[in-house]
Amino acid sequence: MSDIARSARRLPRIPPVPLAILVGVVLGGLLVLVSGGNPVEAYTAIVTGALAWDNLPDTLNWAVPLVGMTLVAAIPLRGGMINLGGDGQMVIGGLVAALVPLYIPGPGPLLIVVAILAAMLASGLYATIAAWGETRHGIPMLISSLLLSYPAIGICSYIVGFPLRDTTTGLAQTAMVPEAVRLPVLSGPLNAGLLIMAVVAILVVLYDRFTVGGYELRMRGLNARFAGYGGVPLARQMTGVMFASGAIAGLVGALIVLGSQFRFQDGALLSPGYTWSGLMAALLAGGEPLGAILAGAFFAALQTGGFAMQRETSIPRVLTMVLQSIIILFLAIRHGVGRRRETR
Amino acid sequence: MLDFITPFLVNSAVQAITPLLLAALAGTLCGRVGVFNMALEGQMLVGAFAAVVGSYATGSALGGIAAAMLATVAFSLILAYGVTVFRGDAVVICVGMNLLASGLTAYLLRQMFGVSGTFSDPAIVGLEKIRIAAINGWPVIGWIFSRQTALTWVAWILVAVVTVVMFRTPLGLRLRGVGEDPEAAETMGVDVTRYRIITVLVAGAIVGLAGAQLSLGTVSIFSEDMSAGRGWIAVVAVMLGRNHPLWAALACVLFGFADAFSVRLQGQGLPNQVTDVVPYVVTLVALVLTHTKRRRRQDPTITASP
Repeated sequence: MSDIARSARRLPRIPPVPLAILVGVVLGGLLVLVSGGNPVEAYTAIVTGALAWDNLPDTLNWAVPLVGMTLVAAIPLRGGMINLGGDGQMVIGGLVAALVPLYIPGPGPLLIVVAILAAMLASGLYATIAAWGETRHGIPMLISSLLLSYPAIGICSYIVGFPLRDTTTGLAQTAMVPEAVRLPVLSGPLNAGLLIMAVVAILVVLYDRFTVGGYELRMRGLNARFAGYGGVPLARQMTGVMFASGAIAGLVGALIVLGSQFRFQDGALLSPGYTWSGLMAALLAGGEPLGAILAGAFFAALQTGGFAMQRETSIPRVLTMVLQSIIILFLAIRHGVGRRRETR
Repeated sequence: MLDFITPFLVNSAVQAITPLLLAALAGTLCGRVGVFNMALEGQMLVGAFAAVVGSYATGSALGGIAAAMLATVAFSLILAYGVTVFRGDAVVICVGMNLLASGLTAYLLRQMFGVSGTFSDPAIVGLEKIRIAAINGWPVIGWIFSRQTALTWVAWILVAVVTVVMFRTPLGLRLRGVGEDPEAAETMGVDVTRYRIITVLVAGAIVGLAGAQLSLGTVSIFSEDMSAGRGWIAVVAVMLGRNHPLWAALACVLFGFADAFSVRLQGQGLPNQVTDVVPYVVTLVALVLTHTKRRRRQDPTITASP
């Protein structure tokens, strides 16, 4: 660690985030080198795999859920709170979004709206359980939000594994949602989910900058006790923030189900690890929404490039996860990312 | 209800408790010196991976244990120096460490052994189960004490050692002082930073044992993310026990039995998606119960949580 500290002092002009990325790239490169790969080839594959014109739509597609889960983490983080339950909330949203069109009749476009809203409502309400535990019983939300994830995942997995399983296939998944209820395709692999997420992201940024609620949330993040003294209803604020955060997680699940997978498949929403990457991105920006969105998009590019790297150089794409965690650890240690939160 | 308590259930519960107990013990040590260690999950994973590598390379379970302790101590340097010398935020560092552990072990698994998912090989030597012939056939006592790994014994001995050291020795007094009032401890001539670093590293070695029990104890394999939330349950045990090793151990016993019970329920024909949830639900219920009671007594919570 002290070597890193010293080298950082010698390069004072590089701002923290690019420096952290540089450190991640160097350490990751060393890891590749040690394990017998060629770092230059690996990074070339990542960059072209993510940013070449033909691959941009894939990157955007990957960014939709990742930026969504970044917002899920960033909204509470702005107020000094952490929601670790994104996985469970996203799965609930995904399942609800798949079940609504399968079991409720109605015209397609209307059903899309109903399915998405129902998913957001269900996930939002589930997320508020953790907030309620902290405000009423003093159970730290940090841990309860995470623990609540496991039952949610288990129950959803049971539902598609047994009572509502598509018996025509051998897998634990629901039947396909009707074509009329799928999100409209924009072009190629891109669907309307991109637009919906863009609108939500813009709304979150605007809310943060220009509304009283956004101001109060920022104030809480700077000093929760002072905010409470100044008249911010802390308990109600926490419940509201968790509802919003959970609702966006539900939206992410719904967009994946209605936009690309067309059914709820056990484990399919969780395997890409959007929740933790989103949390990393939000932490990177200290919860500031615009920065978090950019960080989320950066991680999405990194991960999309990881697929290309795995294809072309046989270096496993989990390397990108290592890079992400090195970046966040470097920032936390060198530049005190997150130090201002209401921890003490 | 009583017919659920079979020799197998008790024996497997004691096995399931061991990694939780070791991790929770490490958590209480860190908590006592004022470091909230949420990275137990990642540390355990690193330990489990290193144990398999060590056992595979040296052909002995002891080599695996040594490798697990070394690797986890090295990994814990991030936390030890990150929260002290570099004054980083413990929660962010721990989240980063958990992700790093998950990514790094998956990466190394592919690069070193060329497999993804699960690595099993006859060359991995598991921990031997110590069979005590004299009591092996006895009900309950035999089920608990016989056919357990050495690490289970170590874990319970460590609980006693940590408790005595923490509450009955000058060293323990200093450790508790560092956590409760660092400034006062500093005034009394205790090097707070040094105590914290060393404690976090010692705790790291203990979590390494937890990892070794996980990958070499009941099975001799490593699979990606095999800690599967146990580190988080240990974090809850630390919170419930309010950094007291004995109370944390009690919580671990509860969770261990819940875990073994869920396996047993699976044998009764319940789908595993439902039974897997049991330990977490028990954990949540325990959290709710203890906090509701505490609130009624108007007792300020003394957890190391933020």
